[in-house]
Amino acid sequence: MKRATLILEDGTRYEGYSFGADASVSGEVVFNTAMTGYPESLTDPSYAGQIMTLTYPLVGNYGVPADDRADDGMARFLESERIHAAGMVVCDYSDEYSHWNAARSLSQWLASQGVPAITGIDTRALTKHLREQGVIRGKILVEDTPEPAFEDYGDINFVERVSPKDVQVYNEGKGLKRVVLVDCGAKNNIVRCLANRGVEVVRVPWDYDFNTLDFDALFLSNGPGNPETCAVTVNNIRKFISNPDEKRPLMGICLGHQLLGKAAGADIYKLKYGHRSHNQPARLEGDVRCFVTSQNHGYAVDAKTLPADWTPWFTNMNDGSNEGIRHTSRPWRSVQFHPEACGGPVDTEFLFDEFIDQVKSL
Amino acid sequence: MSQDNSIVKDIKKVLVLGSGALKIGEAGEFDYSGSQALKALREEGIETVLINPNIATVQTSEGVADHIYFLPVTPFFVERVIEKERPDGIMLAFGGQTALNCGVELYHSGVFEKYGVRVLGTPVQSIIDTEDREIFVEKLSEINVKTIASEACENTEQALEAASKLGYPVILRAAYALGGLGSGFCDTPGELIKLAEKAFSFSPQVLVEKSLKGWKEIEYEVVRDRFDNCITVCNMENFDPLGIHTGESIVVAPSQTLSNSEYHKLRELSIRIARHIGIVGECNVQFALCPDSEDYRVIEVNARLSRSSALASKATGYPLAFVAAKLALGYGLFDIRNSVTKDTTAFFEPALDYVVCKIPRWDLGKFRRVNRELESSMKSVGEVMAIGRTFEEAIQKGLRMIGQGMHGFVDNKELVLDDVDTALKAPTDKRIFVIEKAFDRGYSIDRIHELTRIDKWFLHKLKNIHDTDRRLHSLKGLDAIDRDLMLRAKRQGFSDFQIARAVGMEKDCDIEQAILMVRDRRKELGVVPAVKQIDTLAGEFPAQTNYLYLTYNGDAHDIDYENDGKSVVVLGSGAYRIGSSVEFDWCGVQALNTIRKEGWRSVMINYNPETVSTDYDICDRLYFDELTFERVLDILDLETPHGVVVSTGGQIPNNLAMRLDHVGINLLGTSAQSIDNAEDREKFSAMLGRIGVDQPEWSALTSMEDINKFVEKVGFPVLVRPSYVLSGAAMNVCTGPDQLERFLTEAANVSKRHPVVVSQFLENAKEVEMDAVACNGEIIAYAISEHVEYAGVHSGDATIQFPPQKLYVETARRIKKISKKIAEQLNISGPFNIQFLARENDIKVIECNLRASRSFPFVSKVLKINFIELATRIMLGLPVERPDKSVFDLDYVGVKASQFSFNRLQKADPKLGVDMVSTGEVGCIGDDARKALLTSMLSVGLRIPGKNILLSTGNGKQKGDMLKAAQMLAKNGYNLYATPGTSRHLSENGIPNTMVFWPDSLGQPQALDLLHNHEIDLVINLPANHSDSQVTNGYKVRRTAIDLNIPLITNARLASAFIYAFLTVKPEEIEIKSWQEF
Repeated sequence: MKRATLILEDGTRYEGYSFGADASVSGEVVFNTAMTGYPESLTDPSYAGQIMTLTYPLVGNYGVPADDRADDGMARFLESERIHAAGMVVCDYSDEYSHWNAARSLSQWLASQGVPAITGIDTRALTKHLREQGVIRGKILVEDTPEPAFEDYGDINFVERVSPKDVQVYNEGKGLKRVVLVDCGAKNNIVRCLANRGVEVVRVPWDYDFNTLDFDALFLSNGPGNPETCAVTVNNIRKFISNPDEKRPLMGICLGHQLLGKAAGADIYKLKYGHRSHNQPARLEGDVRCFVTSQNHGYAVDAKTLPADWTPWFTNMNDGSNEGIRHTSRPWRSVQFHPEACGGPVDTEFLFDEFIDQVKSL
Repeated sequence: MSQDNSIVKDIKKVLVLGSGALKIGEAGEFDYSGSQALKALREEGIETVLINPNIATVQTSEGVADHIYFLPVTPFFVERVIEKERPDGIMLAFGGQTALNCGVELYHSGVFEKYGVRVLGTPVQSIIDTEDREIFVEKLSEINVKTIASEACENTEQALEAASKLGYPVILRAAYALGGLGSGFCDTPGELIKLAEKAFSFSPQVLVEKSLKGWKEIEYEVVRDRFDNCITVCNMENFDPLGIHTGESIVVAPSQTLSNSEYHKLRELSIRIARHIGIVGECNVQFALCPDSEDYRVIEVNARLSRSSALASKATGYPLAFVAAKLALGYGLFDIRNSVTKDTTAFFEPALDYVVCKIPRWDLGKFRRVNRELESSMKSVGEVMAIGRTFEEAIQKGLRMIGQGMHGFVDNKELVLDDVDTALKAPTDKRIFVIEKAFDRGYSIDRIHELTRIDKWFLHKLKNIHDTDRRLHSLKGLDAIDRDLMLRAKRQGFSDFQIARAVGMEKDCDIEQAILMVRDRRKELGVVPAVKQIDTLAGEFPAQTNYLYLTYNGDAHDIDYENDGKSVVVLGSGAYRIGSSVEFDWCGVQALNTIRKEGWRSVMINYNPETVSTDYDICDRLYFDELTFERVLDILDLETPHGVVVSTGGQIPNNLAMRLDHVGINLLGTSAQSIDNAEDREKFSAMLGRIGVDQPEWSALTSMEDINKFVEKVGFPVLVRPSYVLSGAAMNVCTGPDQLERFLTEAANVSKRHPVVVSQFLENAKEVEMDAVACNGEIIAYAISEHVEYAGVHSGDATIQFPPQKLYVETARRIKKISKKIAEQLNISGPFNIQFLARENDIKVIECNLRASRSFPFVSKVLKINFIELATRIMLGLPVERPDKSVFDLDYVGVKASQFSFNRLQKADPKLGVDMVSTGEVGCIGDDARKALLTSMLSVGLRIPGKNILLSTGNGKQKGDMLKAAQMLAKNGYNLYATPGTSRHLSENGIPNTMVFWPDSLGQPQALDLLHNHEIDLVINLPANHSDSQVTNGYKVRRTAIDLNIPLITNARLASAFIYAFLTVKPEEIEIKSWQEF
């Protein structure tokens, strides 16, 4: 194994070994506390531009599934077409894997996609550092490879990079209700969760003016980066919600939630170190019901700045940050967490049921 | 606060049921759960009542519960306590299967309704739904959850029919049984018939299931509140595939080989189940998961706290029992805070940033004839939990923690094996070392996987250890190890010892010295462990508690050390095993409490997940780590403590005393030199000689010739203690030359290197114990207690009365005098225990331990003087007051009785001897000795016989001992059945009886038939001599009694005492008095 070093912008260094692509990379260093689901996380477009540190030390145990495609044309076991994370940092990469559904090792997969990765790192020390200092830029330097320059994470429009260029339609021509999914970097499972519930899904690029389309409901996906870079999308959403006669359902997830919040007039701010895990507790506002949620975000909606006709829907039980908003009279709402899971707990998948029920009851 | 906490408001007083004596399948984990529940109740200002006869537990200590009853956890006694205490609510989930079964019975008999007692937490109907297999399967199919195809059967014929329908192999399970009692695999109808008979003696219903041997076994711990909020706190994966009871399996947390999809599929099913069943509190769901697809089956659901939940609590830092108790009071999960971070919610699922490995501890070597194969029922007596940041690190740590002379996965004593294939296929307690052997012999991972069905991932990891070991072995000496290799070895959990051995240092120097050389070398190379915190959130939020472990897979410590000399480190007692269990946990906890109370920083090192001492709330810093010399030193290097307490954790810390002293560690209390003077037989003998104290004659001998010469001098019987044991028990009493010869050739090894200690064995001598605390050689407090059985029964198996009931005043006086002299000579400061033999007024010292003994909690609680608190104060150099003389004058009696787990140890001969075989104990208090004895015997599972008793009273002397009791039984209308010799003796003495035949002779009636027909209510079978290796008639009768769940007593003195007690005291006459009321 080649030696590799993780260097943070503040000069902190961690020495380890390379187990991914034979290349160096820079990105925003974040940590994820999920204990499973590395194939899902790596292919989650929301990680674009980020170096993902896994706090769970043993990684690679069950290998990586094949690129099989389901009938809908999407990768069956992955969340997008490729790895989006810029790099990966772990404590104890497992050279050998064992799983009936594995087709290759994590190392082979990372290498084949050109994604550097480093093992042998005190990921707990690194995580605590990120917790105290906040997320920070860093580089994985693999020996004998050229060193890249730092990029400024907040200024880059990652959504543009990961969003599809063309419109795709699922369940087409079956006479079903039509949901427009604005793909800012959507995970495949959002598409699956909608399509499996018997609606037609029209997946459009992030900057597509969906208001020109004929549809029954609108869905805003997750995605990477700073929501400020998605002014086009925000404008399109604002057009939709500012129509006083608009009654069609709308739902957003993660970045989609932030964009909806922005369109509604709320402020967005950057969290110190974000929520990236499978165990975030969210409580339904004014209720006793609580949910364990899967999350991956660095920005949040400031609930205090919501206009009068919007109200918090869910709230994070650990730090009190906003986890969802809803309109007080229209069927419009969004959540910061990932009800589609993949990876993570599936406890809030019922939100898709509720949404689809609304769509179908139109 | 929740919107509606009406339950909390209505409940002023709650009864908690404990689990009684520690037994296989139900051990220390329930002391932990119960203590947590009581803590949760106290926090609410609720008055608490606890029933638990296990006097050595932490939960039965002052300040944990308000009213403590040392009474059997049976419907009869529990109802009477309810009648007296009138609690508003009862908690059934914290005392294992014992409490649960008792609760279900009380529910059925309407007792709760009658007294208006509310069952808090999971409703009884939900418990029944999970325990009755048929209802369970139906319940789960209502929510489309798959269970293992099985059929509930009420007799053997039905079982046979079900098996042929399902197809062999099948697994047979007894319903309502703990730890897989009475269950097993059957490949043929013959095996099924045998097993079914046994199972039906424990349970009215058995389940015949299709066997899924080879599937993965996965568990989830689920918490649900009454608002339907649900979380899974932890999942765990068994290293061993299905087929080996989860209590017998190495278990890792979290799961290692499950994909996200599998993990969350099973998680969602667990939650669906908990909701449908209506759990309020905690439950455990066990799955079988197909290794080649996502197909699964639910194996079972435990609607209560369990061994797994205790493990999950320690593995994650999430206090399951505490939270479950709060939820039972009506709180929502959102009302409760995360007790590690203090400012996040308890409604979350812990994220681990380490891996945990649980390894069972077996003590099968202590039992004669026991079946060593691991199966679907549990045999292990304890467990350890190891924490690491690689699997290799965790498993190697764990294998050392087990404490049976293993140094990790590699570099152990050569394992002698006939056939590796067979050993891999039919796993025993040595299974993991067989895998190492297989690597050694060049077996491929595929081949080992084929034979064991252990997931290849685990095997690859073990192979990594093996490979590193090979690399080390190829080097010539310590200097050849470079930093990379040293780091790699340490990251894979190698100890300094293993490294020293692997590079061949044993050849050139003393191993002790070699270990220190490796230590110096790796420090030079900058290879030192890092201290990490268990914080439930993988670093996402700061932790406020110091729940710690050490790892080489990290560079930075999580905590800053004060180096103020204010730490006092207490060494714990390690895995529960026969001879060392919850009593030392109690001692450790008392020491920690005292240290904290006196303003010092209390620090605990221990690795047993079944304990209260490893609760991070109990001390200021908890190191959940090894008690090896190396690791203790690593920790002391960092802590730089004021001193270390080695006298409250049993033998493990005691054994470290000299080595720690050598490297300059300050041991608190009695000096290491004195400990050595008591432990070293020669030195101790010389000292006794000097001060004129008698002891049984003994000699350490190295040849058969010398042994014979010695025996000629002292005469038979003799007690023989080999220093190296080949198989079976470590000690034996030999009554004649043949037996002596056989024992020394078959079981032990006599040589210059392995001397055998032979001592004179006194028959019909009383055994007396002195438990005491001294300060600078002066006794401050003491307790003299007396064994019911004569010497020859290990003190850990004996029934003990305190204060003594039949001891001459002169004997007691002499014992005090001798103890005083010994305390002076050894300048004892702290706890100690001396065992004496007394015949007439002739007193001999058997042994002396300069540490707390097994009976410290018992005498402390009966006397109501906390000996450990006193000892700890002395060790801290604080002033102590000598208790007033009058407190030693009690007007009640405590009796400590032993719990045996022979029913789980297939084929083991259920008799007592000089080696300890009991797994637990109880201690009950009564107004007189009879009441205390009866209560304690009922607490360890004996039942007052209905009418028929089977007697075989051994040799002449024993027959005489039993005569009076037999007479009383006959007079009280009992039908006595007796084997031929006994029958003759009874008839000669005019006692009516029916003669029955031994298994090896023809004639009717046959003893075994009577047992099989359940015509016998009590078997008294006194083995004719102290040891024998053949399958005897006596063995068959004893074993059959155990297999059929018929009470058995094998000691004349105990049998007589029990008979006298139940004939003169009716259970209704036992007063319901709490500890505080005595």
